[in-house]
Amino acid sequence: MNHPAGIEGAVTNPTGIGASMRRKEDMRFLMGRGNYVADIKLPDMTAGVFVRSPHAHARIVSIDKKAALAMPGVVDVLTGEDLKTDGVGGLPCAWPVVGKGGAPTKEPAHPAIAQGKVRYVGDAVAFVIAESLAQARNAAEAVVVEYDVLPAVVGVLDAIKPGAVAVFDDIPDNVCVDWELGDKHATEAAFKKAAHIARISLVNNRLVGNPMEPRAAIGAFDRSRGQHTLYTTSQFPHIVKLLMGNFVLNIPQHKLRVVSPDVGGGFGVKQFHYAEEAVVTWAAKRLGRPVKWVCDRSEGFISDAHGRDHVTEAEMALDENGKFLALKVSTIANMGGYLSTFGPNIPTNLYGPLLAGVYTTPAIYCEVKAVFTNTVPVDAYRGAGRPEATFVLERLVDVAASELGIDKAEIRRRNMIPSNAYPYQTPVMMEYDSGDPGGCLTKALANADWNGFPARKAASAAKGKLRGIGLCTYVEACGLAPSRIAIRLGVRGGLFESAAVRVHPTGQVTVLMGSHNHGQGHETTFAQIVSERLSIPAENIEIVFGDTDKVQFGLGTYGSRSLAVGGSALWKATDKVIAKGKKIAAHMLEAADTDIEFADGMFSVAGTDRAKSFAEVALSAHFPVDYPLEILEPGLEEQAFYDPVNFTFPCGAHIAEVEIDPETGVVELLSYVCVDDIGTVINPMIVDGQITGGVVQGVGQALYEDCVYDPESGQLLSGSFMDYCMPRADHVPKVSVETHITKCTHNPLGSKGCGELGTIGSPATVINAVVDALSHLGVNHIDMPASPHRVWRVINEAGGAARVAQ
Amino acid sequence: MLNFEYLRPSTVTEAGAMLGKMSEARPLAGGMTLIPAMKLRLAAPTALVDLAGVPELNGIKVDGKTVIVGAMTKHADVAASADVRRLIPALADLAGGIGDAQVRNKGTLGGSIANNDPAACYPAAVLALGATVTTNRRKIAADSFFTGMFETALEPGEIVTGVTFPVPAAAAYEKFRSPASRYALVGVFVAKTTGGVRVAVTGAATCVFRASAIESILAEKFSAEALASLRFPADGLNSDLHGDAQYRAQLVGVLTKRAVAKLS
Ligand SMILES: Cc1cc2nc3c(=O)[nH]c(=O)nc-3n(C[C@H](O)[C@H](O)[C@H](O)COP(=O)(O)OP(=O)(O)OC[C@H]3O[C@@H](n4cnc5c(N)ncnc54)[C@H](O)[C@@H]3O)c2cc1C
Repeated sequence: MNHPAGIEGAVTNPTGIGASMRRKEDMRFLMGRGNYVADIKLPDMTAGVFVRSPHAHARIVSIDKKAALAMPGVVDVLTGEDLKTDGVGGLPCAWPVVGKGGAPTKEPAHPAIAQGKVRYVGDAVAFVIAESLAQARNAAEAVVVEYDVLPAVVGVLDAIKPGAVAVFDDIPDNVCVDWELGDKHATEAAFKKAAHIARISLVNNRLVGNPMEPRAAIGAFDRSRGQHTLYTTSQFPHIVKLLMGNFVLNIPQHKLRVVSPDVGGGFGVKQFHYAEEAVVTWAAKRLGRPVKWVCDRSEGFISDAHGRDHVTEAEMALDENGKFLALKVSTIANMGGYLSTFGPNIPTNLYGPLLAGVYTTPAIYCEVKAVFTNTVPVDAYRGAGRPEATFVLERLVDVAASELGIDKAEIRRRNMIPSNAYPYQTPVMMEYDSGDPGGCLTKALANADWNGFPARKAASAAKGKLRGIGLCTYVEACGLAPSRIAIRLGVRGGLFESAAVRVHPTGQVTVLMGSHNHGQGHETTFAQIVSERLSIPAENIEIVFGDTDKVQFGLGTYGSRSLAVGGSALWKATDKVIAKGKKIAAHMLEAADTDIEFADGMFSVAGTDRAKSFAEVALSAHFPVDYPLEILEPGLEEQAFYDPVNFTFPCGAHIAEVEIDPETGVVELLSYVCVDDIGTVINPMIVDGQITGGVVQGVGQALYEDCVYDPESGQLLSGSFMDYCMPRADHVPKVSVETHITKCTHNPLGSKGCGELGTIGSPATVINAVVDALSHLGVNHIDMPASPHRVWRVINEAGGAARVAQ
Repeated sequence: MLNFEYLRPSTVTEAGAMLGKMSEARPLAGGMTLIPAMKLRLAAPTALVDLAGVPELNGIKVDGKTVIVGAMTKHADVAASADVRRLIPALADLAGGIGDAQVRNKGTLGGSIANNDPAACYPAAVLALGATVTTNRRKIAADSFFTGMFETALEPGEIVTGVTFPVPAAAAYEKFRSPASRYALVGVFVAKTTGGVRVAVTGAATCVFRASAIESILAEKFSAEALASLRFPADGLNSDLHGDAQYRAQLVGVLTKRAVAKLS
């Protein structure tokens, strides 16, 4: 692999920035020594099972606990009424947005266990606690719930029809928020002058996140100190602590500890405060015993927040040369049966501003209606809003290119922000600090041998196959987020990050991070930053995260923020360690602080060979015999908080090639090339893994994954892996990953983030390739997933395999 | 999963007796279907009679012009068997294409045909090859074994002991994997047997079936060209998330042509 390290000069420290060192954490995972929530056993622990609604929409007439309570081993059966009696609050939405004309987001009550009504298949109606899991399961079947079944509304287009079933009685039109962004008048004026208007209507398919480890939560209550502990599979334990303690259970923050130990994948699914977390914490205090709930896979399908689910109409105005004049996008986004933690923010703030892409389109107007339906709540899923925006824009660009007969790379070049125009202010909020999308495109076209495609297409045709090539250039906004901007956009909290560097007397280091590691390799990447800064080997550095009693504060991991924001906090903390170390060394070396330099692990007096090692300084800080105690505190531990001044903007170009079997509709992904600008790279191997994984997840959306509800009954039809198709290793070729770096200009690392860009670029790239393969049939769009059945139907409707030879 | 008794006989006779004693007892083979069904509480037998300890049920024998596969023989063993590869390569291919590596190393022929999942692969081979199913009580011809969706001619407590496959002149299996489950969305097994051309289709309908219209065309002329104008009727075929009846009908046609092309 040929990565520029993103730092100047050769990489000399084998565990420093730019080194592809192996992941420190992998050994415990590979040896089965991870410590997941489900592995935790507390003394006297009980097991809990949720009774969930089999109906999409129903009034709860009665719940009879009697038979269940009489079952062997049953400790208690709790319902929404019990929550009410105990004064437990509803689950809060942490990021509402402001709609047209200043209208607020509608935030209907979201009880942790349903009260009065159920609003989706899977909505919890009772919680059964027993001595063993088997006993709790048995008793859950004995809870008798009488429902008055109501008609359900599932699709967003049905939800906004006049006279549609109302999910909430006091929101008769089902509209949660009607939001807009951009200059409507300028956009409409530009459309009037257009030489050509390209149009598209599309669906962004609903997805189930399916992290490998299902969610789990254990509540515990220490009566002696009145202290609550929640163990949970969360990407952000501190936020769960704040939301649950403060808004739901009324537990003072100093009496609540939240622990998220090893977590087996998140992808957004685990970055919300879930009902189950509040229920086990509440139940543990009621019982005076720990209560454990572990979600099973089938339950995850109907209780993990889902992703995507948009229906969109979009139009682009172009001049006669294919220059983009304006873009108009109208989207309806599904919120599901209640608002999840960040629900309304995803299809608005994380979507509209990304519609500018890497182009100079001067006028953009976007409106989004977020609507309630009788489905599982919808929230962020890897990419969150940005894949949806990229899909709309990049599909529309392809449609425009084919309608105008312009090469797909050429139309993008004509409209691309030139590298010398950065920082670049878009018409939709964002100011991109740096980037060179044209450079990414040039490299990607070369790596994919774009010009050699016609010969490959002919070779496929000779075998009776349809070959297509697809291109997408994208930008994303990540590094969430500058607090001031985010608070203006509605978030109810800050979005900074914290890090603390604890230097032990012996010179080893423990780092306490507010970011959470659940597969991203943070224990390695963060150790590399410290190794680089302090010149100590990574094996002498431990990264601690995921425990609110250990880590000061943290906003967690999502939105590709951990390196750009958490890593920057860590950088600042190491700055402080070095600064204090210089003072200690100055005393030891009898020199002025300002004369001390720190390099290669040595504090030295500039221009001399007098020096003290990092370990000697650390020792002096803890055994302060010869130490300036009058002016300097002992100890060597420094903490830093970092609030970014802007989002970061990774961008890039992706190219895919597919081959379609016209007789069966099977799409085979033959090659996938990425060239991405992610700023400074800390560990190229980890970056390769993150980008590859993201691409595969996006390929899953494009070709395989589809969360399907029955439109009448609201039953989830794709409720298991027998029907919900995850992408597998043999679905994807080796992804070609290369970087093309411009550094982020506003954080100390120069890093932008790489966690989500794969899922952001790949759905559009792959579908553009599929449509390209079918374009001779007059096809200009196909909805995702481009499953064999759907592709065959499109071919069949367009005249059948007979026309393949053309 | 509900509690159950676990029994481990060492002979077929013993197993039969155990099953005979308890009406809610079920044989356990690879457990690839039965255990998940029990976990989901769709099945709740009071006892499992594990056939894994019965040596006479395991293994592959060649006897004249037949290959006899024991009920407990795993898919992976059938796929790897030199005898099967030599005499009925299509059967080895079929076994090697079932599910994934874990499923192939646990799942068994007996479990597969006793279960008779409408999307399972083995029933197509058993039916197209005109095999005979042997049980602890009798022999059952393939044509009368598969009686409906998840239904067979097996009586309560009856144990499949093996399947006798006559060696065909030629045979091929073409499977279109369901994208999610990897079972057959449609599978077509074409065999030239002493009794004529037999074509069995799985995945497409509620139960494996013989495509007699296709058989007659191929009986006349065994070539892919003879099927060029074939439009397999969609009536009565399954429709689900992964394909409607029309698509399945298309696949029956395509897969049959591909199987025949392999053999011509
Ligand atoms: C992920 C996955 C993918 C799969 N993909 C495929 C595929 O592509 N193609 C395919 O054909 N199959 C597929 N299968 C099914 C699998 O191959 C097994 O054949 C199937 O699970 C049954 O075999 P088993 O040995 O596991 O039987 P078990 O699960 O143990 O038993 C199944 C049923 O048969 C009964 N039974 C078992 N043995 C006997 C016997 N000797 N006599 C009487 N009754 C008996 C049991 O009581 C039970 O009712 C798949 C399974 C899974 C889990």
